[in-house]
Amino acid sequence: MSDIPIGPTATARQQRLETADGTPLKSALARASRRQKLRALALVAPLALFIIVTFVLPIGQMLLRSVNNTQFSDNMPALVQWFAENPPGIDPDEAAFAALVSDLRNGAAQRTVGSVGTRINYEVPGTRSLFTATARRAADLEPPYREALLEVNSDWAREDIWAAMRGASQAYTANFYLAAVDRKRDLDGNIVQSDPQNRVYVQLFLRTFMLSGVITLICLLLGFPVAHLLATLPLRKSNLLMILVLLPFWTSLLVRTTSWIVLLQGQGVVNNVLVALGVIGDDGRLALMYNQAGTIIAMTHVLLPFMILPLYSVMKTIPPSYARAARSLGATSWTTFRRIYLPQTIPGIGAGSILVFILAMGYYITPALVGGATGQLISNQIAFHMQNSLNWSLAAALAALLLGAVLLLYWVYDRLVGIDNMKLG
Amino acid sequence: MNIRTMLCSTACLALMAGASTAQEVTVLGWGGDYARSQIEAYHKPFTEETGIRVISVDADNPATPLKAMVEAGNVTVDVAVIEYADAVRLCDEGLLEVIDTSILEPAPDGTPAEDDFLPGTLTECMVGTDVFSTIFAYDATRFPDNPPTTIADFFDTDNFPGKRGVRRNAKATLEMALMADGVPAEEVYDLLETQEGVERAFAKLDTIKGDIVWWEAGAQPPQLLADGEVAMTIAWNGRIFNAAVGEGKPFEIVWDGQVYEPEGLAIPVGAPNMEEALQFVAFATRAESLARAAEWISYGPTRRSAAPLVGVFQVDGETEMGPNLPTSEENMTNALASSYEFWVDRDAELNERFNAWLLAN
Amino acid sequence: MALPIYASPLERIWYWTYRVICALIFIFLIAPILVIIPLSFNAEPYFTFTQKMLSLDPEGYSLRWYDRLLTFGMQNPDAPRDAAWWGDVWRNSAWVKAAKNSVIIGFFSTILATVLGTIAALGLSRAEMPFRKPIMAILISPMIVPIIITATGLFFFYSATGLAGSYVGIILAHATLGIPFVIITVTATLMGFDRSLLRAAANLGAGPVRSFFKVQLPLIMPGVISGALFAFVTSFDEVVVVLFVAGHDQQTIPRQMWNGIREQISPSILAVATILVVLSIALLTAVELLRRRSERLRGVSPA
Repeated sequence: MSDIPIGPTATARQQRLETADGTPLKSALARASRRQKLRALALVAPLALFIIVTFVLPIGQMLLRSVNNTQFSDNMPALVQWFAENPPGIDPDEAAFAALVSDLRNGAAQRTVGSVGTRINYEVPGTRSLFTATARRAADLEPPYREALLEVNSDWAREDIWAAMRGASQAYTANFYLAAVDRKRDLDGNIVQSDPQNRVYVQLFLRTFMLSGVITLICLLLGFPVAHLLATLPLRKSNLLMILVLLPFWTSLLVRTTSWIVLLQGQGVVNNVLVALGVIGDDGRLALMYNQAGTIIAMTHVLLPFMILPLYSVMKTIPPSYARAARSLGATSWTTFRRIYLPQTIPGIGAGSILVFILAMGYYITPALVGGATGQLISNQIAFHMQNSLNWSLAAALAALLLGAVLLLYWVYDRLVGIDNMKLG
Repeated sequence: MNIRTMLCSTACLALMAGASTAQEVTVLGWGGDYARSQIEAYHKPFTEETGIRVISVDADNPATPLKAMVEAGNVTVDVAVIEYADAVRLCDEGLLEVIDTSILEPAPDGTPAEDDFLPGTLTECMVGTDVFSTIFAYDATRFPDNPPTTIADFFDTDNFPGKRGVRRNAKATLEMALMADGVPAEEVYDLLETQEGVERAFAKLDTIKGDIVWWEAGAQPPQLLADGEVAMTIAWNGRIFNAAVGEGKPFEIVWDGQVYEPEGLAIPVGAPNMEEALQFVAFATRAESLARAAEWISYGPTRRSAAPLVGVFQVDGETEMGPNLPTSEENMTNALASSYEFWVDRDAELNERFNAWLLAN
Repeated sequence: MALPIYASPLERIWYWTYRVICALIFIFLIAPILVIIPLSFNAEPYFTFTQKMLSLDPEGYSLRWYDRLLTFGMQNPDAPRDAAWWGDVWRNSAWVKAAKNSVIIGFFSTILATVLGTIAALGLSRAEMPFRKPIMAILISPMIVPIIITATGLFFFYSATGLAGSYVGIILAHATLGIPFVIITVTATLMGFDRSLLRAAANLGAGPVRSFFKVQLPLIMPGVISGALFAFVTSFDEVVVVLFVAGHDQQTIPRQMWNGIREQISPSILAVATILVVLSIALLTAVELLRRRSERLRGVSPA
C-alpha cells in the first residue's frame, strides 16, 4: 500500500474522468447539457417570438400612451419653447402670450387646435372651448397680445390653465395615472383629489373588485357541492354529470349571454314564470337585468366551470378512507368535513378562486350586454375611453392599472398552484 | 372544397384584403331603419347609375369611430353620416375633408345648390341630407286613459309609471331634462352654459335615474318599447315612426320638447376612395335623392326643392310624410333647435361629466 | 358515496338535501343553454313560451327564424328558391358570410396556434428547458390578460402596421389567444409520455424528426387535437378583438350576434345560438372521446 503515491496530484488524476476521445467528462457533459438546453430553447423560440410580436409588444406600445401624450407638445411649438426657457414660477409675460397667439394662429390654419384644447381639457375640464373659440379669432389679434387675449376671454389669465399648459408641454406625463385614480395636481404641483363630480375610477375599481369577489364567492358556494358530488360518485355517473359542467364551458359566451337576456328581461322567461305562478304581480316584475344583478348572475354562470374543474381535480385525489377513519374515531360528519375534508380541498379552492377572480376582473362582453349602468366593470370603461371619448392616454392608464392587478394575481396563482398545473376539462 | 383549394382561396383573400381593385365606396351609417332609408334612396340608385358598388357599414354614432380611424391613421370608410355639431367639431380638428360646394348639383329648377339648401345645413365639411329629431315616445297600450303629452311627463314616474329608455349620451338628454324642468326652449342653452344649469339638468335626471334603461344604438329604443322593457323612451323620431306605421306597433310620439338637428354626409381625411366618395356625396344630395330618402324614414330633407317631391311612406304605401316630419308646423310648438355652437365646444367635457354621473351610484 | 348504514336521521335529511342542491346547481348550469333551443322554433317574435308552444300545438312552432338567417342580407330574398336563390344566399346572406369568415379565421388561426404551440410544448416539457417557469408564464398570459387590453393594444399596433381590417391580422390575434390552450393540453399529455420510447427509437436508428413523427406524435395526438379544438373554439367565440380590429369584410358569427343582441334581438339570434349549441355538443363529444382514447393509450385509467 505504501507505494501508492499520496498527495494532491494523485487525487487529481483519479478524479479526471475522460470520454473516449480524451475530453474531460465534466466539460463534455456541460457541453451536452448546453446543447440540450439550446435545443429545448430552439423549440420554444418560434412561439416565444410570435407571442412577443403579436402580444407583448402591442400591449407595451399601448401602455406607453399612458405616459406619453404629444397632442399639445407637437402642436404648440412656440409656447413649448417659451416654457423650456422660463422655469416654473415665472408668470407668463408678453412673449408667452405672443407665442400662444402664434401657436393658436397656426393651430387654426392647420386644424390642430381642437386636439390641443382636448389635451388641456383633460387637465382642466371645461377649457376646450377656450382654445377653439380663441383660435377662430386669433388671426385678427394685435399686440399687445396679453390684453388682446384677455379681452377675448379673461380665462387666459387663469393660473391653472397656464400650469396645465406647462405640464402638457412635456410629452411625458404621469397625469393620466393620477386621473385614473381620481387625483390631479393643484397649482403648486401637489397631488390632490379631483373634483367630487369627476371622481369615478376609484369607485369603479372597487366595484370591479367587489363584484369579482362576490362572483368568486358564489361560484365557490355553487361549485363546491357539485365538485364534491362529481368526485365521489362512481366514474360512470360522474362522467355523465361532468358533461353538464363541460357543455356550458364549450358553449359560446355570446350564446350564454343571449340565454340570460332571454331569461332575465322584464318580459323574459323567469319573470313570466313568476307572474304565472302568482309569486309577483304583473306590474311588480323583477329588474334582473341591466343592473348589477344581471352582471352577477350571467357572469357566475359563465365562470362556474372554471371553479368546478380545479376543485374536482383536487377532490378526486382525496382518499375517502381519511373521512371514514375520522368517523370511526368518533367525529361527527360535520367535524369530519370541517377538520379532515375541507383542509385537503384548500389547493382546489385556491386555484379555482384565483382563476375565477382573475377572469372576472377583466370581463367585458357580459357586463356590456346585461350590466346596464351600474353593472359596468373597469374593462367597459377602458372600452368607453377607447371608442367613445377617445381619451386614449387615460384608457391606457386604466388598462395598465388593471393589467398590474391581474398580473399580480397571476403571480400569486403561479406561486400557489403553479401555471403548469392548469388543467382544462 | 378540399383543404388545398380552401387554403389557396383564403390566402388570396387575405392578400386582396389590403388593396381591392373593384370600384367601390364604403359608407358608415347609423344602422337600422335609417341606414335602410339611405340604402334604398342613395346606395342602390347610385350603383345603378355609376356601377360603383356601395358598402354599407353601421355604427352607434359614426362620428366616434371616424375620429378614431383618422387619429389612428387607419381610415377604412369613404363617407360617413354624422350630426351637424360633430361635423363642425371634426372639421375644426382637421379630421374631415373640406367639400367644395361646386360639386353639388343644382335644384331641378336650376337654383344653385348653395341657395337651395336650408340655412345651416351646409357647412365646410358636411353636406346636409336630413333633419332628424330627438323626441320621446311611449307604448300606447301602457297608458290607455291618460297618455303623456309633455316632456315633463317623461320625468314623472308617479303619474306615468314604468321604466324609461334614455340615450347614453349628454347631447339632447340635458336639453330635454331642462325643458322638462320648466325651462323655455329659447333659454336652454344660455342656462346650460352655466354650472348651475348643468347641475340642474343632472338633478332632473337624478329623479328618474333608477328607472332608466340606457341605450346606445338608434335601433334599440323601438326594440325596448316592443319588448316591454320600457314604458317610454327617448328616441329618434324616424325610428319610432317606422316601427309604428311600418310595422304597426302601438307607439306614439310626443313632440313637446323635441330637439332637432340636421345631419349629413362627410368625408374623412385619408378616405381610400376619394373620387367615388365625392361622386357619392353629389349623387346622394340631389333633390330627388333626398326626397326619396324621406319616403323611407320620417326625416325632413335639407333642400327646399326636395320638399315638394316627397311622396308617401314607401313601406305602407299610403301615409303622407309631411305631418310626421320634425319640422312640420304642428310638431314645432315647443321645439328646440340643437345648438352646434354649444355642442362643438362642450361635447367632450359634458360627456365626461355625464359619464361620471352615470357611473356614480 | 352511498349513504352509510350508520347514518343518523339528520344525516339522511342532509344527504337528500345535498342531492337536491346539486340538482338545482346542475339545472342552473344547463337550463339557460337548453331553454333557447325550443324558443328558437317560436312562431311568434317573442322570447317566451306562447300558449300554443306550451300545449305542443305544431302551429306554435316554425322554422321561420332559421329561414331568416339565410335571407337576412340577401339581395332578392323573395325570389323563387332555385339555384340562383341559393347562390344569392351563399354570396350575400349576412349570416352565411359571417359563418364563412368564422370558419376561415378559425381554421387558419387553429393551424398556426397548434403547430407553434405543439412545438413549444415539446421544448417546455423537456427537463433541461431553462427559464421554464417565466417562459411558460408569458406563453400562457394571453389567456389571463383581460381581452380588452389585448384588443386595445392590437388596435394601435395594427393601425400602425396596416394589419387592421385584414384577415391576416385577425388570424394572428386569434392564434395568439388560442396558443395557451394548446400549450396547456399538449404539455399535460406530454407528462404522461414515456420518453424511453424516444431513446428506443433512436437506438433503432431513427433521427429526431422521424422518431417525432412516427413515435411521439401519434401518441400525443389526442392532446394535440383537443388543444386544437380549444384553439378553434376560442377563435370561433371571440368578439372583442374582432370589434376593435376587424374591417367590415371580416365580420364573424359572434360579431354578428353582438350586433343582433344590442340592436334587434329577434329569435333569429336564438336560431344561431341553437346551431352553436349543437356545434359545441359535437365538439365536447369529440374532446371527451379523445380524452378517453388518450387515457387508454397511456394506460392511465380505464374509461
